[in-house]
Amino acid sequence: MWRALIPLAIAFLWPLAPVFAAELSVKVGVLKVEHEVQLPLSRLDLPPDDLGFAGAQLGIDDNNTTGRFLSHTYEMTTVSALPEDAEAALDKMIADGVQAVVLMARADEILALADHVAERDVILFNAQAEDDYLRTDECRANLLHMASSRAMKADGLAQFLVWKKWRKWFLIKGSHPVDEAWASALRRSAKRFGAKIVEERVYEDTGGSRRTDTGHVQVQKQMPVFTQRAKKHDVVIAADEAEVFGGHLPYHTWDARPVAGSAGLRPVGWHPGNEAWGATQYQRRFEKIAKRTVRTLDFQVWLALRVIGEGVTRTNSADPQTIKAYALGDEFELGIFKGTKVTFRRWNNQIRSPVLLAHDRMIVSVSPQREFLHKTSQLDTLGYDEPESNCKLNQ
Amino acid sequence: MRSRLTALTAATALTAFALPALANTIYVSNEKGNTITIIDSETLEVTGTIDAGARPRGITISPDGSELYVCASDDDTVNVFDTKTLKRKHTLPSGPDPELFILHPSGNPLYIANEDDNIVTVVDVKTRRVLAEIPVGVEPEGMGISPDGKIVVNTSETTNMAHFINTETFEIEQNVLVDQRPRYAHFTADGSRLYVSSEIGGTVAVIDPKAGEITKKIEFAVPGILPEALQPVGIKVTKDGKKVFVALGPANRVALINGETLEVEKYLLVGQRVWQLAFSPDQKFLYTTNGNSNDISVIDVEKEKVIKSIPVGEQPWGVVVSPN
Repeated sequence: MWRALIPLAIAFLWPLAPVFAAELSVKVGVLKVEHEVQLPLSRLDLPPDDLGFAGAQLGIDDNNTTGRFLSHTYEMTTVSALPEDAEAALDKMIADGVQAVVLMARADEILALADHVAERDVILFNAQAEDDYLRTDECRANLLHMASSRAMKADGLAQFLVWKKWRKWFLIKGSHPVDEAWASALRRSAKRFGAKIVEERVYEDTGGSRRTDTGHVQVQKQMPVFTQRAKKHDVVIAADEAEVFGGHLPYHTWDARPVAGSAGLRPVGWHPGNEAWGATQYQRRFEKIAKRTVRTLDFQVWLALRVIGEGVTRTNSADPQTIKAYALGDEFELGIFKGTKVTFRRWNNQIRSPVLLAHDRMIVSVSPQREFLHKTSQLDTLGYDEPESNCKLNQ
Repeated sequence: MRSRLTALTAATALTAFALPALANTIYVSNEKGNTITIIDSETLEVTGTIDAGARPRGITISPDGSELYVCASDDDTVNVFDTKTLKRKHTLPSGPDPELFILHPSGNPLYIANEDDNIVTVVDVKTRRVLAEIPVGVEPEGMGISPDGKIVVNTSETTNMAHFINTETFEIEQNVLVDQRPRYAHFTADGSRLYVSSEIGGTVAVIDPKAGEITKKIEFAVPGILPEALQPVGIKVTKDGKKVFVALGPANRVALINGETLEVEKYLLVGQRVWQLAFSPDQKFLYTTNGNSNDISVIDVEKEKVIKSIPVGEQPWGVVVSPN
């Protein structure tokens, strides 16, 4: 019976909430550049069709729940486009009056899109690309980064491994360029935090299908052989963004060692096992609308929507430059269910964010580790710091 | 309970300043232990432990001291215990995942924050029926009520507002934007002021409830403690409004604020991850739940000193003291 009260309550209470400001309408675009989907090693990791868009929906819902107390409304346009159609799709969104666009695309595509609309009155959010060069060299004033970069993730992992005193790393990297990018971030972190890569091997991708019936039979023989006679190490680090071999490493290494990096203990922007700091409520809100758990891309798109929402709520403006100035200013702070408020690095528009360290089911730890200090923000122990970056935005 | 009286009388006789002849009972909800620890306020000894349901958090007691209410978050219910028998009498319909609630000063109804559904549920504790569901901001958490019972304030952790709800009409009368992740709302005894803590923002907003405006934001600083660890949660104010205590979570300290100057006067070191606070009825003592050290600290309010810590169950969360 009492369930029937809900629609009534909503219907009657909304108009009675006091109006603080003139009505404000905010239009946000979410643009995904589609590529052929590479199959993951595990069928559990198959990407859902609404990957990222579901996070956007929750962000819009959260913003509208807040907005109704302020007469702010948020609308969203979502588009999936092929790489060659991305510019036109972005142009159309801007023509339709969006103030901000969240991008799910590769680094080079994001850079091209940012340059394409550099003169337009719109702000862009990178929700996906982890490439560090977007934060150290190719920064753009109209582009804010929601994804943690590879260096931030590698530093988060390195801090924990060093805290564990697992300082000797056996690095195995894949043969794709993205694997080298991830390996190079891990090498930098090892040096930065006093770990040592005692040996490095390359696992060649020889092609073929990702999964075969009873494929584990061969894997069980191949992986131990591949990892044998390595120099004495504490941990095996997989650099396998292309997902060729990393998932096969745990339990198959020659020496009984834990695996970290692309498999085993992974540094991630989000994990569905996170329950601390109110994350449970966030996860449940998402699961209610998406009927699945949150993935990192969903989280990062949601985060962009929340930055926009926070900017609009606090400034009572939908002007892109006002929102951006607020986000990058001294007043901005945002709770994102990772235990600490987040702010922006002004020199490169990167959001500061803790890195979750997780295995399949559980959160193992959250970096930065307490013992690594920093003069301005402990979160700046993750990734390239201001003096290491060639970007000098907002000065 | 009554059988303990003789022992208690003996204990009070030893205490020179013991004006109230009766000891009170301190109830602590242990979030991980799924229990309530029961402590005698006079001897500061644990006298018992009872099962509380799954993941007990928010805890409060009826004005006559006869009924104890406990949010059993993972059971999606509020358990009601008879304080005489310490047996569960019944449950109240709470909506999903209840965390914090507040009882009307008259003892009825109960206002419950439902984090999952962005609503505040109003429950009649006698008829055990839902009187209203009030849509609020994202992730409602903190609940405060004005001393005259006319205004309930709910804080929403992602929307970052204090919502002022009229308890007669169940309408939201005004909203005040505060800093990130507001956790707790507490009126002064004269109703002239509302304190709201923002856990992630690291501040306590001092709000004029009539004007709906923030008159001051209190900030915290402890040498050697990272600013990010100064996360204000529970708040309690003495009846005269002069002393404001704020639990600072992972900073392991309770801040003491001068209610007149609104300046922080000192930081009292308590147990780890201190979240909720409760006064003894005479306000001579303040009890703090320390989630990560599995104990509560006892603060002497007049001397402004921590005088004892008492081990309780696993991950203590909330605390309430019987009025009699």
